[in-house]
Amino acid sequence: MKHLRSIDELGADGIVRILELSAHMAEVNRRSVPKVPALVGRTVVSLFFEDSTRTRISFETAARRLSADTMTFSVSTSSVNKGESLRDTVETVSAMGVAVFVVRHKTSGVPWQISQWTDASVINAGDGWHQHPTQALLDCHTIVTERGLTPAVGCLAGLRIAIVGDVKHSRVARSCTEAFTALGARVVIVAPATLLPPDSSPWTDGGNVEIVDDLDEVIGGVDVVYMLRMQRERMAEALVPNLGEYSTRFGLDRRRAGKLRDGALVMHPGPMNRGVEMVVDPLEVPGSVVTTQVTNGVSVRMAVLFDVLGGSETEVSR
Amino acid sequence: MRTVISGGRIVDSTTTDDGRPADVVIDGDRIVDVVAPGAAPLDDSRVLDARGCVVSSGFVDLHTHLREPGREESETIETGSRAAALGGFTAIVAMPNTDPAQDSRIVVEFVREQGRRAGMCDVHPSGCITIGRAGEVLAPFAELAAVGVRIFTDDGNGVQDPLLMRRALEYGRDLGITLAQHCEVARLTLGAVMHEGACCSRLGLPGWPAIAEELMVHRDIELCRLTGARMHFLHLSTERSVDLVRTAKADGLPVTAEATPHHISLTDEMLAGFDPVFKVNPPLRTPADIAALKRGLADGTIDAIATDHAPHADHLKEQTLDVAPPGMIGLETALSVALTELVESGLMSIRSVLAALSWNPARIAGLDSRHGRPVAVGEPANLVVFDPSARWTVDRRNVASKSGNTPFHGRDLVGRVRHTVLNGVAVVVDGTATK
Repeated sequence: MKHLRSIDELGADGIVRILELSAHMAEVNRRSVPKVPALVGRTVVSLFFEDSTRTRISFETAARRLSADTMTFSVSTSSVNKGESLRDTVETVSAMGVAVFVVRHKTSGVPWQISQWTDASVINAGDGWHQHPTQALLDCHTIVTERGLTPAVGCLAGLRIAIVGDVKHSRVARSCTEAFTALGARVVIVAPATLLPPDSSPWTDGGNVEIVDDLDEVIGGVDVVYMLRMQRERMAEALVPNLGEYSTRFGLDRRRAGKLRDGALVMHPGPMNRGVEMVVDPLEVPGSVVTTQVTNGVSVRMAVLFDVLGGSETEVSR
Repeated sequence: MRTVISGGRIVDSTTTDDGRPADVVIDGDRIVDVVAPGAAPLDDSRVLDARGCVVSSGFVDLHTHLREPGREESETIETGSRAAALGGFTAIVAMPNTDPAQDSRIVVEFVREQGRRAGMCDVHPSGCITIGRAGEVLAPFAELAAVGVRIFTDDGNGVQDPLLMRRALEYGRDLGITLAQHCEVARLTLGAVMHEGACCSRLGLPGWPAIAEELMVHRDIELCRLTGARMHFLHLSTERSVDLVRTAKADGLPVTAEATPHHISLTDEMLAGFDPVFKVNPPLRTPADIAALKRGLADGTIDAIATDHAPHADHLKEQTLDVAPPGMIGLETALSVALTELVESGLMSIRSVLAALSWNPARIAGLDSRHGRPVAVGEPANLVVFDPSARWTVDRRNVASKSGNTPFHGRDLVGRVRHTVLNGVAVVVDGTATK
């Protein structure tokens, strides 16, 4: 696979391949010296047009554990607003000899645009409201490992996963919905109409996604509850009346956490808004795997970097 | 020296069938003879070969962005009017969103003069409805009308304030002008990049809902009913907008409307590859909207095909989708897209497509004394000769426009302009501009 830009492009078989590779990478990460020479001499550039700490650090850690060289190219949004051509930026950095661009941008589609202007591989680290494929992959990896499953097409069959909150503006929700259903899970989206995409048929038409607006109705019957971050600026757009009302309807509080099935997982892509969508401290919830998600992120991103650069499993095991 | 257009068939506003074979003789800026094929003496004449071609009155574009003054990196009046001539247009209405905007006599006269200097087609500046297209203060309609401006619009922006729009219609009513609205309720399209529907939901791009257009179409139809002023609707893009205009016309209101070649041929799915070339305002919509626009053209609800030719230099389009400017070029492909979409499919005759490209827009723009005329003795020689069955492939590298942002790159189209005659002068011969 040359690029990783969306879950759709990767496909179910691709997801399984990455999950299998991630298990190998997790083994590397458990070693006393968690580093292998697989990508020596390759340069990985983080091209971040939007602030991000955890995703960028996770990718850079992953790259270094594979012995790649890393560079960070932070571009403030102001330079884009000055009319700087995205193409010029990409071609300039690309000319320095880059194997992989890890790209984050506030606008959907930027990884596709960039891949037209460089021979390097492009990994999407989040584009607008569109896709965040490595987040979805690390979430699949987390569910698979926590449930003791073996990566396979259909390995999540029988699982019901609730994705709760601002789906409309969420690249995590789009990627996760597509990845979870590709592996056989059923997804229940829980959100008010104002926080749904204008037309949900691309997901609901497949028959594995349903949409409800009552969290209490579903919380006791799901295997995973996936809480999305609620951004404060949404209040200004009249999407919900106020954060308090949002929290009352869609927040995970102690009462709702108490209704969770035994063994149900609580997940969040971070950063959390405590007191908004996460009213309860995740440390108090037995099924919370929020920190595990972050740990797994490194293994999965190692797998993705390795995969786009055409590596094979035997190289890692050496 | 005389010019003879030889071997073609004439299709004009008086035609009721497939057209009649005839040779057209031009002397000076007039048609001096229309004779049986082969009957015109060719000695000492320039001959324009029209075998297999249709000879018609030149096209009139109600909606061209020429970018001069202010954005000459994307287009100039010279390059834009050359593109127009190559597309078979003998007159174009220059949209007022220049910098400075066409809200004063001096800018309007500059645009007209630059058009005259280029000499490729008649360039008719439109005027702004409001100063600077800011939607606050009315532009001096009478001052601009006195120098020949007939179409007033804030195109690119809709006039948001209903009071201001009412006053504009009332004040303009008796000046013999037409207000043309870009219908978009701006509060409903904040940050919008593409049509609001399943595709934008999947792509995670902010949507431009159909209702943002339809609410303003509806409002302005009612203001038209109230004031009795003439009103033209620019670039209709939705099914419901077409229905609203159809009803308004049935009610006898003095409204006209246009649709663009891209809105009758391309859907929102074109954005799936995230290429900003396909970002346009109003956005590309759904197959149902396309079908409704075509029905509207076929039944006369939509009077004109207008290009909304909107050149943008590569470096502007090579930005991210949120900041890349909306718009696509269209002058050189308008006829071909219309023939491919409307005539090839059997929906419309060549004559009714020509009505939408020539005499209807000429009437709307008040240019019908010189353009969109019958091809007959004594009429001004503003003519186009095109081969309705020529097949060709659009290539963005081969356009005359200064910008290559055509959404039809790589497409096979049918129908191509061969010659264009402006005021008796052959400005395009065998598909090549003569200056």
